[in-house]
Amino acid sequence: MIIFVPRESGENECRVAATPQSVKKLVKLGYQVQFEADCGLSAAFPNAEYVDAGAAVIDPETGWTKADIVIKVTPPTTDEVRRMKSGAALIGFVWPARSQNLVDTCAAQGITCLAMDCVPRISRAQKLDALSSMANIAGYRAIVEAANAFGSFFTGQITAAGKVPPAKVLVIGAGVAGLSAIGTARGLGAIVRAFDTRPAVKDQVKSMGAEFLELEYEEDESGEGTGGYAKEMSPAFIKAEMALFAAQAQDVNIIVTTALIPGKPAPKLITTEMVMSMTFGSVIVDLAAEQGGNCELTRPGEKYQTENGVTIIGYSDLPSRLATQSSSLYSNNIVNLLTDMTPEKDGVLVVNEDDQVVRGALVAHGGQVKWPPPVIANPSPPPKPAAANVESKPKAVPKTSWLANPGVMIGALLIALVGLFLFGSVLPIEFVSHLTIFVLSCFIGWQVIWNVTPALHTPLMSVTNAISGIIVIGGIMQMQVQWYSLPSLLAALAVLIATINIAGGFLVTQRMLGMFRKQG
Amino acid sequence: MGSLPLVWWLLAGICFIFSLGGLSRHETSRRGNWFGIVGMTIAIIAAFSLKMTGLEGTGIQPFGYGGLILLAAAIGGGTLIGAVLAKRVEMTQMPQLVAILHSFVGLAAVLVGLSNFGVQHFDDATMEHRIHLLEIALGVFIGGVTFTGSIIAWGKLDGRIGSKPLVIPQRHLLNLVMLVASLAMVVGIMFSGFTFGLIQLILVTAISFVLGAHLVMAIGGADMPVVVSMLNSYSGWAAAAVGFMLPNDLLIVTGAAVWLAAAVLF
Repeated sequence: MIIFVPRESGENECRVAATPQSVKKLVKLGYQVQFEADCGLSAAFPNAEYVDAGAAVIDPETGWTKADIVIKVTPPTTDEVRRMKSGAALIGFVWPARSQNLVDTCAAQGITCLAMDCVPRISRAQKLDALSSMANIAGYRAIVEAANAFGSFFTGQITAAGKVPPAKVLVIGAGVAGLSAIGTARGLGAIVRAFDTRPAVKDQVKSMGAEFLELEYEEDESGEGTGGYAKEMSPAFIKAEMALFAAQAQDVNIIVTTALIPGKPAPKLITTEMVMSMTFGSVIVDLAAEQGGNCELTRPGEKYQTENGVTIIGYSDLPSRLATQSSSLYSNNIVNLLTDMTPEKDGVLVVNEDDQVVRGALVAHGGQVKWPPPVIANPSPPPKPAAANVESKPKAVPKTSWLANPGVMIGALLIALVGLFLFGSVLPIEFVSHLTIFVLSCFIGWQVIWNVTPALHTPLMSVTNAISGIIVIGGIMQMQVQWYSLPSLLAALAVLIATINIAGGFLVTQRMLGMFRKQG
Repeated sequence: MGSLPLVWWLLAGICFIFSLGGLSRHETSRRGNWFGIVGMTIAIIAAFSLKMTGLEGTGIQPFGYGGLILLAAAIGGGTLIGAVLAKRVEMTQMPQLVAILHSFVGLAAVLVGLSNFGVQHFDDATMEHRIHLLEIALGVFIGGVTFTGSIIAWGKLDGRIGSKPLVIPQRHLLNLVMLVASLAMVVGIMFSGFTFGLIQLILVTAISFVLGAHLVMAIGGADMPVVVSMLNSYSGWAAAAVGFMLPNDLLIVTGAAVWLAAAVLF
């Protein structure tokens, strides 16, 4: 089957649905790939690289009419769809709720239309979750835009010329975009606070290094909606929430809002008064601009400065402003979808409506409108912070005996020290000096290892094991002049087994580290 | 020669610290392992050179050629066995290997302790002598717990022993009784002569074996990695205790560093 990659027709749209990398994978799946000249130019993928990857240039007219599969980023125009042959497939963002006309045209034309924005948000479909890919990028770009408009450092510094306080960033909504914004702002050194109506994301927010703001609001209400989004909250909750934002607005330099409720206009969270209370030079980035904006003063698609010097950025094309990155992630999502739908790897697309993921994405097929899909029985789990570069796994803390607790050991050490003070006068000098060395060495051991990389636990354990084979010295020193006496024989045996430990320990460590190197 | 080997030991100690520190980061991990190997080689060579000549004023007696050959054979044999073990083992069996290697350290501590006890002079009843006996008894006790504990951990990791925790009624009480009895005898040894002391020392060894085995039997297979870490730190204790007993500062330093390095790991 022929896959056609057209050049995106939208104004200012810099993304492309396939990169040279993804073309290679599509060719491996058995497809024949054709592309419109300069389709990837604005995303920094020149034509020559596509050709090297195994694709062929084609004029757009032939491309649209002859292709079996067209992959796109933004929804095509109805004219473009009409040029496609019946039975062909169209894959891209479709937004069926907003573009009923397009869906109808696809159905009338007999086009199989798969909407990347309708992929259900379940674990199995994460690898083709293009919304998360784009949200991740939007969150990153939001901070980059904010930093661009903001007149100071994000990080605090003490320089010869004077002290610079760190910027304070408030992120509202800790979904994929919010978490990505948190991580980026933290990476630049800002103090980051985050708010979300879903308490479940608290740990994720913390793991990204931000402070999680909580409402002084007693009622037990969770904002957990379906599909990893929040739901609308009660009036009392909203009142408490607004009070919190009003207080924060006076304190922070940058606000990034990412609050979206599916199927509803974006909630207005930042009022005109709040904007007016912000300091001159502050920045608001409204990621919900396309759905009307979380800030009352947002002008969708625009960046402007209010009378009191607050820059409000309402760009709705943030992913396109990072076109190379968003194209590669998006094209990977597409490849993952096509891999699932090409079970034989023979370049033949199989539409399996029993597949929950395919069924979710399918908006038109065989002349029928397929959207909306039947409701999936299991609501999706909260989305993983896929955006998170640092996805922190909760550290497993297995229960063991109190003997394994370092705290207990240190407590014992302290008791021993107290005992020493009591009996210090009667102890032999030699013993006390050894004890001094012992205690100091304990602290060295502690300091040296404190920040160990988790992946290195096992090698470190085996090397400490090998080093504890130093006990071999004890055996050697214990050897007597009469080598055949019992103490000497015991010592020799000790040396033998301690040496097994030493050689085994070091060699095993060496092997393990070699394995890491191969993987890395 | 003089006290030059003692300086070498200092160097070895520094190598070990670098080794542990190096292993805590990816970039320096390989170098860390080499530091360990170099440190160990230096330490062993220095020990040999010390024992060839002896050292005035420290009570270090030279051994004859018989002892030299015996030790060389032990080291050669041990290296060979260790190398073969490390080479043969599957990557998935690493934790088991590490566990069984721990048991060797524990056993070595027991043996060194018993050996050291055998060469004590019981005709002087000074404080030094008593403290020394205490150090021997403690070293043997810790070594014994490490030895059997590690063997059980190895068995559980290897699937030779059922991974279910063995729960004996009143097990905490039992552990406590064993612990108290051992400590009582450790104190007893301090004030006993050779024969009675030896009997108590052997009893302490036996109890420590049982205690180590019982402690680890009571823990489920899934928690074994943590147990191995714990035993790892005990092997550091054992080395340090032997250092006190000999006395040898290198063993004390290394043992203590290993103890806390391992304690941090779990």
